[in-house]
Amino acid sequence: MAIVEREPLALTTGEPSNGSLEPLGVLARPSTKTGWRSWVSTVDHKKIGIMYGVTALFFFFVAGFEATLIRLQLAQPNGTVLSADLYNQVFTMHGVTMVFLVIMPMAAAFANYLLPLQVGARDVAFPRLNALSFWLFLFGGVFLNTSWVIGGGGPDCGWFCYAPNSGVVFSPTAGVDYYTLGLLITGVASSIGAINLIVTVLNLRAPGMSLFRMPVFTWMQLVVQMLLLFSLPVITVALFLLTFDRLFGANFFNVAQGADPLLWQHLFWIFGHPEVYILILPSFGIVSEVIPVFSRKPIYGYPFMVFSGIAIGFMGWGVWAHHMFASGIGPISVAAFSLATMFIAVPTGVKILNWMATMWGGRIRFTTAMLFAVGLVAMFTIGGLSGVTHSVAPADTQQTDTYYIVAHFHYVLFGGALLGLFSGMYFWWPKAFGHFLDEKLGKAHFWLMIIGFNLTFGPMHILGLQGMSRRIQTYQATDGLTFWNRVATFGVFVIGAGMLLFLYNIGASYRSWKAAGRPNPGADPCDSRSLEWSIPSPTPEHNFDTIPTVHAADDFWHRKYGEDEHGRAVRIAATEDVVQKGDATGVHLPSPSYYPLVLAAGLPFIGYGLIFNLLLVIPGALLVLWGVYGWAYEPSTEPDDHHGDHGTAAAAHEEETSVG
Amino acid sequence: MAETLAAPATDAHHDDHGHGHTNTGISNEKLAMWLFLGSECLLFGGLISTFLLYRKKLNSFPGFENAEISKLGAQLFDIPFTSVSSFVLLMSSLTMVLAVSSLQRRDEQRMRIWLLATALLGASFIAGQIYEFTAFVKEGLGFTTNIFSSAFFTLTGFHGAHVVIGIIILMTMFAMSLQGRLGPERAEALEIAGLYWHFVDVVWVVVFVVVYLIK
Repeated sequence: MAIVEREPLALTTGEPSNGSLEPLGVLARPSTKTGWRSWVSTVDHKKIGIMYGVTALFFFFVAGFEATLIRLQLAQPNGTVLSADLYNQVFTMHGVTMVFLVIMPMAAAFANYLLPLQVGARDVAFPRLNALSFWLFLFGGVFLNTSWVIGGGGPDCGWFCYAPNSGVVFSPTAGVDYYTLGLLITGVASSIGAINLIVTVLNLRAPGMSLFRMPVFTWMQLVVQMLLLFSLPVITVALFLLTFDRLFGANFFNVAQGADPLLWQHLFWIFGHPEVYILILPSFGIVSEVIPVFSRKPIYGYPFMVFSGIAIGFMGWGVWAHHMFASGIGPISVAAFSLATMFIAVPTGVKILNWMATMWGGRIRFTTAMLFAVGLVAMFTIGGLSGVTHSVAPADTQQTDTYYIVAHFHYVLFGGALLGLFSGMYFWWPKAFGHFLDEKLGKAHFWLMIIGFNLTFGPMHILGLQGMSRRIQTYQATDGLTFWNRVATFGVFVIGAGMLLFLYNIGASYRSWKAAGRPNPGADPCDSRSLEWSIPSPTPEHNFDTIPTVHAADDFWHRKYGEDEHGRAVRIAATEDVVQKGDATGVHLPSPSYYPLVLAAGLPFIGYGLIFNLLLVIPGALLVLWGVYGWAYEPSTEPDDHHGDHGTAAAAHEEETSVG
Repeated sequence: MAETLAAPATDAHHDDHGHGHTNTGISNEKLAMWLFLGSECLLFGGLISTFLLYRKKLNSFPGFENAEISKLGAQLFDIPFTSVSSFVLLMSSLTMVLAVSSLQRRDEQRMRIWLLATALLGASFIAGQIYEFTAFVKEGLGFTTNIFSSAFFTLTGFHGAHVVIGIIILMTMFAMSLQGRLGPERAEALEIAGLYWHFVDVVWVVVFVVVYLIK
């Protein structure tokens, strides 16, 4: 057990300790380790990661339900399931939820859980900020979704919310205000998370863990967090401008006053295209961990994997206007962005080929995790190829706003990002929860997903090329679109069955594990390569008994295997001998805190206040202030760590982050 | 924030979080502040781009060439006044440096004086901005008047909000110093707050040039 001490020890230097000062505020520093209090006050990156995952999975079902409604509406010509207005709201919320409340936080779940483990750290650099990120994301997501109940309907402007179409004139309900304010709140969450994780990776690596010994997943997450750090402020500007227009009568998107309708598009896509890589790169990282383990070979071309990820991170900034070929941005811009779009396919292609080269000649074990990883490689290739076709601007002008685009981005986001995230879940489940997910059910889940996915989105290529428009709530029987739309609607139910099976699998696997007397899968059940497998499953609260010293890339694997005289890999140590025992003697952990929750809870009030009644801003602002100052003055429980005061600068900066 | 300022050397388990033991040699807090400021560059970059776009557009928008043009730029800006308030803000960076340096020299009394001076200079700048905003509104250039005014008030307003937050941080640190919570061993916390303050000043140099000086 970790030692939790309430009072700081006296300093050896004899200086007076500040820890005895009375804490400001009424919330004592909590010390519970079980029950719901331990979750709402936790600063443990693993618990926060799990909470991210659970919340994202919940929103996945919400957004999946919205997708089902869309497909039911389109199952036949002149569908009557949804009105045109409601249809706009449903497809908008489906997109916004899937992007901001499902894929991003699910990737954040893996980042939170794994980054400290993979670099050999006890926790992230700023544990309380980490909790703040989660609570802001949760409250932002809930705030966004309350628009259904108390906003007069969800936002109806599409996930890209083009202004001036999203202005008060064309969208008079409060839906778009929920969109702007909700995304501002989740944006603050992601910005703080990005800073936190970048500092963790750059500063808290174990001895010997040089940058080019880091696992590919860590590298991809580092690139992702950099992209988030620099792209989120751009959409923050756009969201503020739109908010000011809608709530305070500014003229940023008032075309009658000479405003430029392209301003929103540029700001949005300067964020929006890096966002595409923010969504996909975590999954690239996950399969780069899964494929080597289940091929029993190291990742092929590690430096190429890393540098292609970095290259994607840089080039992702130079292709945004390919979303705007139909906007009249001029022939030179179109030519430049066409070329850039073709070039960015190169590093992605490098990754695909390297994954295949990793599998080539490997002893492949087709576990569920591996199936999902291979599924990603195959499906993402289809989506990537249809993406390259968009760089051909004349063709893209035809495809813009058709179902061909819908097919493309579902192949990269569902076939890419989501399959990768599921692969990660099956792979790391025993590390997080101490038992495997059932493989039989898992494989059924995989096949239902892959079949349902292709049935749903494959036909959309054809529908798009036939000219079916996105975001139109119906079509006519004479359009000849009925057959493939029916196939797509059938497909969504196959996906739904797969997802319900996944839920069932979670419950069933847990029950059968419990019935079997909770057998431990061992620290390293898959004979893996990275540091998180060198510690017991489920991960002990303190992560590492002693921080490992790293001597090579895939250090843990090299502790298990060496070379014989012919240069072949041979076992040199049993796994039990090289893994840590989970003995926390002498480890001090950061204490839990309620203040991240308090601070985050203030922001939705400010949001509702801006929409309905400015008086509501007052309790919101008070909560934020209470959170910030309570945080700053919170007494520490660690003897050598009197940062009850030390948090001030950082906490005050967070206040700044949450405003600006 | 598992940061230790006086990590006892005996605690071997803790050296992964210890001060000065980070891989980069930069403390977590300072690195975080640099990253945050990098992010802020993009925020102000977006706002400045919007302002430049709309100033140009307003000039070329049919019907607005004569009617509204008189309400912006050289006619309305009081450049000597804003130059003085800009000078005041820049001087606050000097006092901030002196505050940090005083704390590093363990002179807490002088540190508090410079800290207060910095906050007061910042507050004078904000007072000047409030005066300027009210003057513009009285002249008929409100937030909602045209695309130029919306962009102008948003850009300078965002900067002003950053200064206000900076003042709050400085005053909080002043209060902490009075309580004895900001000793010389915490000089880096003040230095990090200073980084933020200098950044806000530098941004103002850019904003001042872009908004007031470039014709």
